[in-house]
Amino acid sequence: MTRLVQKKAKENTLLDVHHIKKYFPIKGGILKRTVAHLKAVDDISFSVYKGETLGIVGESGSGKSTLGRVILRLLDPTEGEIYFNGDEISKLKQRQVRPYRRDMQMVFQDPFGSLNSKMSVAELIEEPLLVQTNLSKKDRKEKAVAIMEHVGLRAGDRLKYPHEFSGGQRQRISIARALIINPQLVICDEPVSALDVSIQAQVLNLMKDLQDELSLTYIFIAHDLSVVKHISDRIAVMYLGRIVEIAPKKALYENALHPYTQGLLASIPIIDIEDNKQEREKIRITGDLPSPVNPPTGCPFRTRCPLVHDRCSVERPELKRPENDEHLVACHLYT
Amino acid sequence: MKKPPLLSVNQLKTHFYLDKNRVAKAVDGVSFTVSPGETVAIVGESGSGKSITALSIMQLIEKPGKVVEGSIHLHDKEISNLPSKQMTKLRGNEIAMIFQEPMTALNPVFTIGNQIVEMLRKHRKMEKKQAKIEAINLLKTVGISRAEEVVNEYPHQLSGGMRQRAMIAMAISCNPKLLIADEPTTALDVTIQAQILDLMVEMKEKFNMALLLITHDLGVVSEYADRIIVMYGGQVVEEAKAKELLRTTEHPYTKGLLESLPNLKEDVDRLGTIKGTVPPAYDLPSGCRFYDRCPFAMEKCKQTNPPLYQINDNHTVRCYLHEKEDIK
Repeated sequence: MTRLVQKKAKENTLLDVHHIKKYFPIKGGILKRTVAHLKAVDDISFSVYKGETLGIVGESGSGKSTLGRVILRLLDPTEGEIYFNGDEISKLKQRQVRPYRRDMQMVFQDPFGSLNSKMSVAELIEEPLLVQTNLSKKDRKEKAVAIMEHVGLRAGDRLKYPHEFSGGQRQRISIARALIINPQLVICDEPVSALDVSIQAQVLNLMKDLQDELSLTYIFIAHDLSVVKHISDRIAVMYLGRIVEIAPKKALYENALHPYTQGLLASIPIIDIEDNKQEREKIRITGDLPSPVNPPTGCPFRTRCPLVHDRCSVERPELKRPENDEHLVACHLYT
Repeated sequence: MKKPPLLSVNQLKTHFYLDKNRVAKAVDGVSFTVSPGETVAIVGESGSGKSITALSIMQLIEKPGKVVEGSIHLHDKEISNLPSKQMTKLRGNEIAMIFQEPMTALNPVFTIGNQIVEMLRKHRKMEKKQAKIEAINLLKTVGISRAEEVVNEYPHQLSGGMRQRAMIAMAISCNPKLLIADEPTTALDVTIQAQILDLMVEMKEKFNMALLLITHDLGVVSEYADRIIVMYGGQVVEEAKAKELLRTTEHPYTKGLLESLPNLKEDVDRLGTIKGTVPPAYDLPSGCRFYDRCPFAMEKCKQTNPPLYQINDNHTVRCYLHEKEDIK
């Protein structure tokens, strides 16, 4: 995206997330009192503009999936506000959220677990229409056939069951199901990580085409940086419930600022056809992810950071802009 | 002079008898060798037969599967027909294997220490006390700093990366000549994956092992393998030195795989794709197994399955497009 388009996009904010927190209580003792909190999402703010794809990357335990579920109100946030098209939806009752679900849909990772195996493809794809609209049976069928063809499924397969399809086809069913009620925002939680590479490419291409044709906005959650880079316009990197860096993809991949992002990028095995196996400098992130129940004080990444200094254990770095308006990083090296 | 191979697999066929009418030809005539100290990678998508190949070598195929044909030599010894007692001795001592999900490979009711001690007592006939000291040493060797504590912990108390380190400690405990790693890092995060792969290379050099790496990830392969074997539909479709295979890819399937990977360096709008899906192992086409999905398919490909053509000293490819280049 060019800067001009991005400026324009800023006036077209679709989703605004303000200081969202999601803490899961941990109960203990005979009285099952809350003894601690698992801070899955810990004070996150960002915006998503109409028509863009925001990628969210992080390792397991970073809180990226919880964040997706909180935005859709599948989980209630502990604190913070969520504005969708300007409407605050974080405190609405589930019944009041339902109309917003027309515009916000989700595609899950596991196309085996997320499709009811007792429903035919037609029933699965038409279900959102049944819940959200008053369309007649004939209209529902017509819409279902249209969307099936759109995502590359054969309309003749309407009456088959999910187990009769391959993983890639099943993910197409999930996508059809999410798109049939014309949502504005689709949150995709690891949509291709269960698929083989050749099938993954088919699904990624399909998602890009659908975005152009239906002017969709995506939040694309994944652990695979190369996949995220391929599909996203901007990328947020999460670590232990916090965003540590957020930037347009080009800036993030060419000029990663946060030591975690740098390490993450260096960890990806790349297909390298030259004979310089030994030459490529490797920045290795050592150790394991700390427990989100008892995260480190100050900067969450300091226990694994190669550039850690005194200030990191005392003061928590905030997301700031050392570079320009669009590139934010939470690290004391830049303040 | 070429060293004689450590492992040589010849025309291996492992079939699964699903029911009266269906036989899944999971591995269907696979041949390859692994030289001492070499890292060979078998790459393929799910259903290509790469894991079954590994399990066949270890004689870990369970009913309804069966190794129906072929020979497997370790040094010069035929091991595909060894009785189970001798095979048990061989597993661990000569060949060790690590798996994708260490949580299922480790026994959840025994401590990590117990499980390593058991290996050492059984295979290296150590005393209990001595074995425990050795277990702690092994855990230190694989980079576990809290080895004295970890030795008394249960698998569920460890993170995925630590578990895989413990598995590697067990695998190297009897100093095997060959380590088979079946998707060893697929369940791990990318930063941990890098740690584990580096550790495997370090151990390989330290203990002078050969490594048979089974994976779907071409990125991993390109950084760590000396030679690459690409499998599709239970057969080898291309084999070459790693750099050569990635530089001058010849088989349309391998090309398709490489093009379908999102690239970190360049930006492309659309990824290359391979149309369709992998044919099921019980219903393979009679001609080339890639026929339905191949952009270069010819009439001939529909009729008969091409043999492997040797296009130079270390590059073979199963494709009629290279029939004329065969030097054999």
